[in-house]
Amino acid sequence: MPELMQFMFSGLTVGAVYALVALGFTIIYNASDVVNFAQGEFVMLGGMVTFFATAAGVPLPIAAVLAIASAVAVGLVLYKLAIEPARGASVVTLIIITIGASIFIRGVAQIVFDKQFHRIPAFSGDAPFKILGATLLPQSLWVLAGTAITVAALWLFLQRTIFGKAIVATSANRLAAQLVGVDTNSVVAVSFALSGAIGALAGILITPITLTSYDVGTLLALKGFAAAMLGGMGNPVGAVVGGLLLGMAEQLSAGLISSKYKDAVAFIMILLILFVLPNGLFGRARVERV
Amino acid sequence: MTFMRAFTASALALLLVSGATSAAVAQDKIKIGAVLAVTGPASFLGDPEAKTLKMLADDINKKGGVLGKQIEIVIYDSGGDAAKAKQFATRLVEDDKVIAQVGGSTTGDTMAMIPVFEDAKLPFISLGGAVAVIEPIKKFVFKTPHTDKMACEKIFEDMKKRGLTKIGMISGQDAFGKSMRDECKKVIGTYGIEVLADETYGPRDTDMTPQLTNVKAKVGIQAVLNAGFGQGPSIVTRNYKQLGFTVPLYQSHGVASKGYVDAAGDAADGVRLPAAALLIAEKLPDSDPQKAVVVGYTKAFTEYAKQPVSTFGGHAYDGLNLLVEAIKRAGSTDGTKVRDEIEKTKGFIGTGGVVNMSPTDHMGLDLSAFRMLEIKKGDWVALQ
Repeated sequence: MPELMQFMFSGLTVGAVYALVALGFTIIYNASDVVNFAQGEFVMLGGMVTFFATAAGVPLPIAAVLAIASAVAVGLVLYKLAIEPARGASVVTLIIITIGASIFIRGVAQIVFDKQFHRIPAFSGDAPFKILGATLLPQSLWVLAGTAITVAALWLFLQRTIFGKAIVATSANRLAAQLVGVDTNSVVAVSFALSGAIGALAGILITPITLTSYDVGTLLALKGFAAAMLGGMGNPVGAVVGGLLLGMAEQLSAGLISSKYKDAVAFIMILLILFVLPNGLFGRARVERV
Repeated sequence: MTFMRAFTASALALLLVSGATSAAVAQDKIKIGAVLAVTGPASFLGDPEAKTLKMLADDINKKGGVLGKQIEIVIYDSGGDAAKAKQFATRLVEDDKVIAQVGGSTTGDTMAMIPVFEDAKLPFISLGGAVAVIEPIKKFVFKTPHTDKMACEKIFEDMKKRGLTKIGMISGQDAFGKSMRDECKKVIGTYGIEVLADETYGPRDTDMTPQLTNVKAKVGIQAVLNAGFGQGPSIVTRNYKQLGFTVPLYQSHGVASKGYVDAAGDAADGVRLPAAALLIAEKLPDSDPQKAVVVGYTKAFTEYAKQPVSTFGGHAYDGLNLLVEAIKRAGSTDGTKVRDEIEKTKGFIGTGGVVNMSPTDHMGLDLSAFRMLEIKKGDWVALQ
């Protein structure tokens, strides 16, 4: 029984990480239908900038703000230099551009930072909570709280503000949104900036658990993308449920079945769910208007 | 426009002239090849190796070179791609006319280049880790790094001495972790140690508590061995403390770096691992035969490259020194004569240990090359 509890806590920890990364995909997808594969690099920037700023003597909260600001800046530059000039290109082309951008950012990070892996200290210590014979690190709760706050903030933003509604409108029909006076270009630009901020926030919160290095984004983005697909692309609640499910599936199969096959078990589960529900658990069905 | 054209033409001419002169100078140089993974996933190996070779070659040339000639290191970057490494090896032999190679950052790169150097009958001192490089013995191939097998033996020796005979293993699924796990399982029988739990994790996993929980649940576990490299072992160490293990944790030589200790934090306290003398250069007793070499290399490299030393750069340092000494003894750069002299190397003190080569041993290191260390308060302490 304590073993099973430990597997669940581990799943919760890993799942919370995936959920927070998955959330970053939602905004850009909502605004432009583009899956931004450079999302993992925003997460990397969050962790790396925070580490190097704190190492240089900057207090953690200011370092975190710096990290978020630099990811926002990178998001805007990415939009200005790579996405905006390709206006009118198909969604697939734009996705390929983001893959190129992710490789580029990784290469630059390798030179600007270094090739070592780093950790920032946990926000409230490393002493684990003991519950029913199993242990949970306080940092996991920070990640879960960060996830919950981000979801709530995203929901308020998208449903309760004019700009948020403009994003939703742009995603529903770009031409119609333009006709009613939405500046769709700045909507997409802001969505890149926001995604940068969410990604960096994720990077800051998870680095005490996952460690960080210039290439940490690749796998996190892949897992986060899988989680977002599982939950239904574009739905913040779906991203969280997808992330937690994926983390649970991986860690439970590592503990109960075999650590060799845990990734395989998790991905087979995703395939099965998508087979039955092609739009994910919370995805809205796409209606083609003719 | 005319100005631009004239400018380009003269720039081209200048390039041609300077190219021609450097070719003329190169005629009286001894060329040594080095195909290294300077970029790519194995750049943590190739980068310090390339810097070390350049530094050491400059130093040798300043002191008058070898056999009255200057040496030149021809470096190609394989990016960790074995197919590219093989192409560059052919280029080294056929176009650059090198007299030997000190290179091959990874075992993969090395294995791809061995046939080229065996055919050309030129000495090849590899920097690849696995035992496959020198077993079976190939006439022209040598290596300087320790093998996984030696690390396993050193760890098991320590466990046996402490009466720890029932252990759990948790290994990374990357090449390093897999290879070390296999080598350890081959030699473990001779030490009378039993593996009760055998778990693995992906090199990029972020939480290993399920695997460690299963290890902990096995009755009678007396120690745990983590064969891994990179960030995985840091997370294993932190999870190990989180779960409140009371038995000792052994790590491999793969984590013998400051990065591991920093990333694992307090959790690394009490962890034991085998490592080369280079990492504890300043802490070695003055009577240690390796002290002068490792302190000298550490000082020179940190000044030259402005980065901490790693054992990988040390392997390149040993490789080039071994080769240069053999050339001096042979009094010639003839491939076969130099090879014979490398094989006769006895009592060579390098950063990796004391090297005694023989026709049946093309590495020449024994277990004394490794020191058992324990981490105390974020620093290494030598055991015994």
